[in-house]
Amino acid sequence: MMIIRIGDFIKRVLNNIFKQKKNIKLGLYGPVNSGKTSLANKICVDWIGEEMGIVSSIPHETREIKIKEKVEIKSKKGKSISFNLVDTPGIATRIDYEDFLKHRMSVKEAKKRAKEATKGVIEAIKWLDNMDCVLVVLDSTKNPYSQVNLTILGNLQARNIPVLVIGNKVDLKKSNLKAIEDAFPQYEVIGVSALNGNNIEEFYESLFRVIK
Amino acid sequence: MLTLQFIPYKEINNLTTSGKIKKILDLVKENKIVLVEGKLRSNEEAALIERTMENVTKSFKGIELCTIKAEEDYGLISKFKAGMVSLLVGNRQGFTIIGPAAIIKEIRKDPTKVQLFTVDKIRKRRR
Repeated sequence: MMIIRIGDFIKRVLNNIFKQKKNIKLGLYGPVNSGKTSLANKICVDWIGEEMGIVSSIPHETREIKIKEKVEIKSKKGKSISFNLVDTPGIATRIDYEDFLKHRMSVKEAKKRAKEATKGVIEAIKWLDNMDCVLVVLDSTKNPYSQVNLTILGNLQARNIPVLVIGNKVDLKKSNLKAIEDAFPQYEVIGVSALNGNNIEEFYESLFRVIK
Repeated sequence: MLTLQFIPYKEINNLTTSGKIKKILDLVKENKIVLVEGKLRSNEEAALIERTMENVTKSFKGIELCTIKAEEDYGLISKFKAGMVSLLVGNRQGFTIIGPAAIIKEIRKDPTKVQLFTVDKIRKRRR
């Protein structure tokens, strides 16, 4: 019995080592409409030449987990890292189908989208356990002290998952990156514009510090 | 009329995560704003969001929640002190507010204050 347990333990340790080296899962987490898919698209276009998902101003555009395998990026010093990029639905505590009606959807479409969105949030939370490293994407034009942000970061900390906080939309006038830095002083915060590519080189360099 | 329901620490301390969440959600679904003594653990917050999403219907649109920590110092000594207090008397520092999305539009929090914004029913009815 003891030998079997020791064997299982060694197997688990070896699996973890190889899993981390070969298939690092880099997750994109954050509240709804913070720009997770825009950042995923920017990374994918820059390094593999194709987009990952559809971007929309309508909330909950991403309603299921999307994975782009074997994305390889290179640093200025010639180092390279490869990872599986995992784009997740935005985390929310409320979903009201009537909100979608404002975006010219039919009642039927809005209800369907709301149902899928609730499932997406559940799926995103369940996937937290599978991540090796996470980019928490926040909208830098919004108040960072939202409970969704705190819950995501708290759960990642509890699981000892390395985190890089991204303050997205720094190209906008209302952007306040300092508010994010002040709210989460224990994390490295990088300001970018996933849409316009502002500061994206610094972001790639910081990825090398987080993914080890 | 808004009802604020207080749940003291001793009432939920011995409950499992799902027991705590059921107790909270049952009250929130009765359109009550719940004030829990002590901060929910991060895994409990995530489980609360998951369970809320499972319960979303036409009439129950979700929740707004906010946890307030008493201690925001990240120093080692402060963390150790807070850990010792938790061990001795339980993690009753801070509090958690949970309200139904049908009543609470937004809970805005900054380090020094918490603001609850309620849904403007009169304006909604007029539309």
